Amino acid sequence: MTRRILDHPILGKMEDNNYVSFTFNQKGYKGLENESLAAALLANGIRTLRHHEESGSPRGIYCNIGHCYECRVSVDGQQGIRACLTPVKEGMTVESDGQLPSSKRR
Amino acid sequence: MDNAIIIGAGPAGLTAAVTCAEKGLDVVVIDEYMRAGGRLLGQLYEEPNGNWWNGIKESNKLYEKAVDLGVNFHLNTAVNNIENSNGIWTIYTERETFHTPSLLLATGAAEAPVPVPGWTLPGVMSVGAAQVMTNVHRVKPGERGVIIGVNVLSAAIAMELQLAGVEVASLTLPKTNQVTQDAGKPKEVLDSLLHVSHMAPSPFVRYGSKLMKNDFMKKLGVNFFPKKGVKMWDIPIQLRKAVTKIYGEDEVEGVTLATINADGEVVSGSEEHIPVDFVCIAGGLYPLAELAAVAGCPFYLVEELGGYVPLHNERMESPLEGLYVAGNITGIEGAKVAAAQGRTAGLSMAHHAGMDDLDGEIKNSIKRTEQTRDNAHIQFHPEIETGRKKILQQWDAYQSNKERSVVSNSRGGIT
Repeated sequence: MTRRILDHPILGKMEDNNYVSFTFNQKGYKGLENESLAAALLANGIRTLRHHEESGSPRGIYCNIGHCYECRVSVDGQQGIRACLTPVKEGMTVESDGQLPSSKRR
Repeated sequence: MDNAIIIGAGPAGLTAAVTCAEKGLDVVVIDEYMRAGGRLLGQLYEEPNGNWWNGIKESNKLYEKAVDLGVNFHLNTAVNNIENSNGIWTIYTERETFHTPSLLLATGAAEAPVPVPGWTLPGVMSVGAAQVMTNVHRVKPGERGVIIGVNVLSAAIAMELQLAGVEVASLTLPKTNQVTQDAGKPKEVLDSLLHVSHMAPSPFVRYGSKLMKNDFMKKLGVNFFPKKGVKMWDIPIQLRKAVTKIYGEDEVEGVTLATINADGEVVSGSEEHIPVDFVCIAGGLYPLAELAAVAGCPFYLVEELGGYVPLHNERMESPLEGLYVAGNITGIEGAKVAAAQGRTAGLSMAHHAGMDDLDGEIKNSIKRTEQTRDNAHIQFHPEIETGRKKILQQWDAYQSNKERSVVSNSRGGIT
């Protein structure tokens, strides 16, 4: 079942249909070209974008407009990129970052 | 060097850009989002005349007008720092560095977070996030959700979600704690909701607003407020319930909802589990003003405007030479007011660039902003006009202090 709102009573039918391929944690997905990475992943049913560096707890989008940095992922090898502000491009490689080693954690 | 630079491509920034360009200025607009429009993009509501206000259409109209006038857009570009040296503002972004004598900050607003146990679980998002997903990206935030926080913004977005086929199981309160304070007290929330009640199709809420003129009646109103809640646009609004916890293993699976008394205290043993796959948190908006702080602009706390706002006058000038502000950075109001302020700011910037004979236009634009405010369909704060007066009083006080210190400094220089 799709999570996309293809037909909206006021906004009408969705016109975009130029899908591109990208990977998230080595798995292939399709997204609409230039939609946000956060939207493309959610449309594919993916909510967990990363695990917290310290606690390892799962995290997803929160503000969706770039203020909170909760959706940070690695894009084409670059860390700390906000998924909500990043347009999806063909061949993009996206990875979620996870818990970091710590000498203090038990 | 550009004649004018505008940070923020929302209704205020876009209108300012169009105004400056019409006056012949070279204009650059910078925004970190991938599309122009800002928070206007997500807006979708029916106006009293029956027409739909479609934020995407309104944004595109403004954006295309600006592009036609030759405005240079740098979208997907975050500003990291601004500084002034010898009357020239330098704007540092992730990509390039810009310079201008006239800089407008139209950075808009951010949503105040409301911490609720379990709120870091994937599937919990701000209510604005759900709005952008639904109306702009056309992706459902989930199938069934709960909105925590009852205010003007969350009520409007609940309706938008429902319009898109997303079920809103309940619009309810957060459990009171030190952070949520008034947002978790039924009486305070009812108080603020009375100001949107004219929009409510529910006779209970409409009738109720006339009844509850004084504090005693309001308290009575909450006490008699049905535990099941009332329905606005078919969505249950539950002021006698509060979410005590959001639960789920790896993502949201549901919320724990408890009955609360009129002061917001949980009635023990009343907890129930409501299965949902997403939760929206609605803490209200506050002015996003970091860049004004970085620039060294004085700030004042004005509750009616939504928080700390940079000092400014009706011409949208800050006390710093060549620095202007417009839109929600100056106080939380609707997109139409923001656009009206943007026009005033654009005219002030053209004046600063050396254009004469703009005083009449600026005065008219200020008047038009006031008219727009008076006619606003939704008021984010009922005392917005008081807030506007307060900041103008601060401006006058600041200016007369400055004059006094200039006088005493010059006297000091003589002796």
